[in-house]
Amino acid sequence: MLFFILRRLAQSLLVMAVVSAISFSLFNFLGDPVNNMVGQDATREQRLEIRDKLGLNDPILTQYARFVGNAVQGDFGLSYRIRRPVDELIMERLPATIELVFVSAIIALVFGIGLGVYTGIKRNSWVSRAILSVSLVGVSLPTFIIGITLIYLFAVILRWLPSSGRGGTVDLGWWQTSLLTVDGWRAIILPAITLSLFQLTLILRLVRAEMLEVMRTDYIKFARARGLSDRSIYFVHALRNTLVPVITVIGLNIGGLIAFSVITETVFQWPGTGLMFIQAVDFVDVPIMAAYLVFVALLFVFINLVVDILYFVVDPRIWLG
Amino acid sequence: MKFSGTLAMALSASALGLMAPVAASAENVLRWTSQGDALTLDPMSQNEGPTNSMNSMIYESLVSRDPALKLIPELAVSWEPGPDGWTFKLREGVKFHDGADFTAEDVVFSFERAKAESSDFKEQAKAVSSVEVIDDYTVKLLTDGPNPILANQLTSINIMDKGWAEAHNVAVPQDYAAEEETYAVRNANGTGPFIVASRAPEELTVLTANPDWWGKEVFPGNIDKIEYRPISNAATRVAALLSGEVDFVIDPPLQDLERIKASDGLKVETVAQIRSIFFGFDQGVDKLRSSDLEVNPFKDAKVREAFNLAIDKAAIQRVVMEGLSFPTAMITPPGVLGNTPELDEPYGFDVSKAKALMEEAGYADGFSVQLDCPNNRYINDEKICQATVAMLAKIGVKVKLDAVPKAQHFPKIQKRTSDFYMLGWGVPTLDSHYVFAYLLEKDGSWNATGYDNPRVNEITQLITAETDLDKRTALIDEAWHLVKADMPYLPLHHQVIAWAMAEGFDIPIAADDGLRPRFVVKK
Repeated sequence: MLFFILRRLAQSLLVMAVVSAISFSLFNFLGDPVNNMVGQDATREQRLEIRDKLGLNDPILTQYARFVGNAVQGDFGLSYRIRRPVDELIMERLPATIELVFVSAIIALVFGIGLGVYTGIKRNSWVSRAILSVSLVGVSLPTFIIGITLIYLFAVILRWLPSSGRGGTVDLGWWQTSLLTVDGWRAIILPAITLSLFQLTLILRLVRAEMLEVMRTDYIKFARARGLSDRSIYFVHALRNTLVPVITVIGLNIGGLIAFSVITETVFQWPGTGLMFIQAVDFVDVPIMAAYLVFVALLFVFINLVVDILYFVVDPRIWLG
Repeated sequence: MKFSGTLAMALSASALGLMAPVAASAENVLRWTSQGDALTLDPMSQNEGPTNSMNSMIYESLVSRDPALKLIPELAVSWEPGPDGWTFKLREGVKFHDGADFTAEDVVFSFERAKAESSDFKEQAKAVSSVEVIDDYTVKLLTDGPNPILANQLTSINIMDKGWAEAHNVAVPQDYAAEEETYAVRNANGTGPFIVASRAPEELTVLTANPDWWGKEVFPGNIDKIEYRPISNAATRVAALLSGEVDFVIDPPLQDLERIKASDGLKVETVAQIRSIFFGFDQGVDKLRSSDLEVNPFKDAKVREAFNLAIDKAAIQRVVMEGLSFPTAMITPPGVLGNTPELDEPYGFDVSKAKALMEEAGYADGFSVQLDCPNNRYINDEKICQATVAMLAKIGVKVKLDAVPKAQHFPKIQKRTSDFYMLGWGVPTLDSHYVFAYLLEKDGSWNATGYDNPRVNEITQLITAETDLDKRTALIDEAWHLVKADMPYLPLHHQVIAWAMAEGFDIPIAADDGLRPRFVVKK
């Protein structure tokens, strides 16, 4: 097990190096940050001088080497746009994103698994059919449209919930949370639903398909013959055996939630890392983009590791094999 | 059962709590939004729209402009031009937010700071060579020779407290290559009408009225508190206004204006902006980079005129701009000294004459050229360019459109690698010199057209020192007539600003798109 984890970690380092190199080579195509940094009055000489100071005139390889050299020492530089240290900015924005992803993941899991089991068991009831039809909305509509529709419905027409922002936050010293205030919960409902819909649908359909499969197997028939209760059959024997593929998908999709949160955060002005990234792309704020992509790569690598470990827990056969 | 009953009650109770409306408060609060947050509170570090807007509420300059863009006294009470500089009488009894007195040495310090290498306002501050203290409340801003428009150039130079800046180690603005952020990025100490009460970047910035502000009795504004929350998505911004969460949106998208007007309790105000949109032709190079020709057709004035006649500006106004633009033949709008109704009259739209001109010039079969266009800078920039492609096709010109984000577009102009490009130009000084020096003078830093008219170059120099205002205006007029005949640019229109607000507010709209809370009245 330990050897396995170590091997995985070594592979992760390689992945991170590749991700950062690819993203770095792409930054060159985004344009010139200096134009955004100075006013229209700046002369061409001044622009050149700033490019020089920032090292943007160096070959891309030199710039990459410098980035990696500083990054391994934990120094990601200063944002071009906000002129503040990038690691500090990311740490400041991270709680908002993590809380949003956390709440969305809970919504997706609870409703996804719950409805998945229900539609898997009562496959022919009209309620199941209705759920499945409605869930198509979740996969087929873009996040942006869902978000704007929810805003118009609940903020503009009904005026129940705020259209954007994070509501009130409470400072815990090392973490700014909005989950301890009523305003914070009011604010998180719409973005969390928007972000969760796609994953919810995915989990629902996956659990349903797996349930249909498992319910046909011999050991379920045998369990019924033993006179076990329905609840015990569905939730202990059947559900548990549907979980390996479900965990894989959920694990990868938590990374997906963070990636999708870029759009959700923009629509709802949710002050997280996704919004920061979009603004950085617009401005060609290379230090923020570079650090954010490395951070996301790290996150995916970590989630994959956790998923691998969870396999062992859920299905000991993998462990033995 | 009992448990679920309690749970249901708890849920419905919390649902009620969730839906409770926000309590109204007695003080006058202005809640507003725009697309981007201020980047820094340092008033000299970044010359950028939202940053200047926020800092102008906290800091003040010697002279300022009212919503009609007339110069008004701010920290100076009067000024007097002279042959080697201007003398300013300073306002007495003004205090910074931390209680320190405002005196002449703060003016000296602030101009030094604005002229520093790392300042983003050094071009504006360049007009002042140094500041001489006459007494505690009189300064003389020295200039290299006479400067007839110095006061116009000072409105963006904010005054900071020398003692405060030195105590916090921010005597110069933050450098681009700095390793650490400076104190002034997140802290401010101005003389202005509002004080920063709290600030969460990209979320909410709260400003409260400065109780000791000198202008309380002078200006009509009655706002006690400003809550600013940036919302980057345009549709969300409009939703926040429609739902009553904000009172004022400074940059609503054009296509939503009708919808806002139709809503109860909301109104829209519009005004012509100090920004003109136009195309530039590179008539300087011998061969175009993107054309199939071996020569540069833009060198021929007939071709430039044909392009001008072939583009239907009225159609662009009607179809692309939803009526909100002013078609023009100038690259600078009304409000800027030099713009006259006669010069502003657009060139006609006449395809057959345009074709005839192309034939005369020897390009009856047209030619191909690339049009460089931004897609996230000006109002409907990419759509305007698409319309242009179709219109130029009618005179045989095959235009290949390259619409890219501004971060890629502007470097093409800066590096002089574009044959045919879109550009917009605003004029903070409201004087034509700013347009000549950047766009029309031979080596102007944004003149990528290669345009070089000796008389225009000469006039650009003459008007920097001509103090007889009538003579100076005549020179400016002469230069504009030369430009209108030469057509180095293809002017399209002046942009229009639209502000959307709740009816309970009187927010005077300004052509420079600046919110001036000291004039804002809540009824």
